[in-house]
Amino acid sequence: MMVGKIESLSVDTARARVTDAFSPILDAISRPAATAARVIESVVEVENAFDENQRLKAENARLLQWKQAALRLESENASLRTLLRVTPEPSVNFITARVIATPGSSFVRTLVVTAGRRDGVKKGQAALAGAGLIGRVIEVGEWSSRVLLLTDINARVPVILESSRQRAVLAGDNSDQARLLYLPPESPVQVGERVVTSGHGGLFPPGLEVGVVTSVSERGGVRVLPNTDLSRVEHLRLVDFGLPGTEFDSSPEWK
Amino acid sequence: MTTTFWQRLDKAGRNLAPFAVTAMLVLVGMIRIPVPAYAPVAPNLTLISVYYWTIHRPDLMRPGVAFLIGLLQDLLIGGPLGVNALMLVVAQWAVMNQRRVFLASTFVLLWIGFAMVMIGAAFLQWLAFSVLNATILPLKPALFQGLLTVAMFPALGWLLIRVHRAFLNG
Repeated sequence: MMVGKIESLSVDTARARVTDAFSPILDAISRPAATAARVIESVVEVENAFDENQRLKAENARLLQWKQAALRLESENASLRTLLRVTPEPSVNFITARVIATPGSSFVRTLVVTAGRRDGVKKGQAALAGAGLIGRVIEVGEWSSRVLLLTDINARVPVILESSRQRAVLAGDNSDQARLLYLPPESPVQVGERVVTSGHGGLFPPGLEVGVVTSVSERGGVRVLPNTDLSRVEHLRLVDFGLPGTEFDSSPEWK
Repeated sequence: MTTTFWQRLDKAGRNLAPFAVTAMLVLVGMIRIPVPAYAPVAPNLTLISVYYWTIHRPDLMRPGVAFLIGLLQDLLIGGPLGVNALMLVVAQWAVMNQRRVFLASTFVLLWIGFAMVMIGAAFLQWLAFSVLNATILPLKPALFQGLLTVAMFPALGWLLIRVHRAFLNG
């Protein structure tokens, strides 16, 4: 443990090497488990097919309306951009990776994924899955890398509450929900409010969806449930937003 | 001459079985199972294996071996280095001290003994993580992990007995 604190760089390298060495085995043994899970899930899905169909039809109708709204806003946005001569945001690169292992420990929330330096993964990249941010890359090997999830006790993400525009820091505490830190005591936070990244700190771009406020209480503070079910992430996207902050990583964490 | 060499090689290979099985269990323990909230309470298969081999083949499950396996686990799960290594070495030492009691006892007593080791290990792990994070972490997930591990013990124990008989009863 002492070595881990002092020689953090070499330990980090050793960790990446070992993870690299074992990732093919982990990959191989994770496949049958994934297949079995998929078979069971598909049986459950067949049972629920009718209800699901009804629900999806309703949702589709609603989404079509949203699509119209989005198209209208997009064209309006484009015309306003030309008026203002806004420089377009840099395009982003996605790297899709498969999750091959979870730590199986009560105190660590990370994922090992099948993409590494060869695929262009860099430390500090955002990991997205489904509807939002799930974590960031903390360790990169040659063909595997490790993602620190939002719910890990060492994770800190600068966020902003979408409607009240209140800034805060989202901190994991090893439970399924994360806490909001540094909120002013009388800030008007409501259950159901969406939480997005604020872009402060330069690691993530602003506006990435993170989660929804689920409870506000004196004792427990403000709890946020991540948008994506972190225990079910199978594939994720590692995204390089080309922000200057990604090379620099000073967050306190064990190495 | 060649036969003795091959015999020696064979013996060495067989003697590696406890280590190999335990290392394999480190990897198996990391398989992602898409059940909500499973990962934090995934059973600690490694501890079962170390417990079993310490009782039955202490010559092949030395503190150094336990330490190496713990270190491998620490490196793979990405936690602070040394926590699992410490836990496994302490567990190995504790079991070693009481080995005679365990050897003479029935399976149920063995199970109860494991439950006690597991409680100690869970507490130790909780303590180490709490100190390293300088906060008091909830103890509950560690206890649930312990419960699940204790529940897994008979199944895995049976498997380990099979491995033991297959490789090391020559």
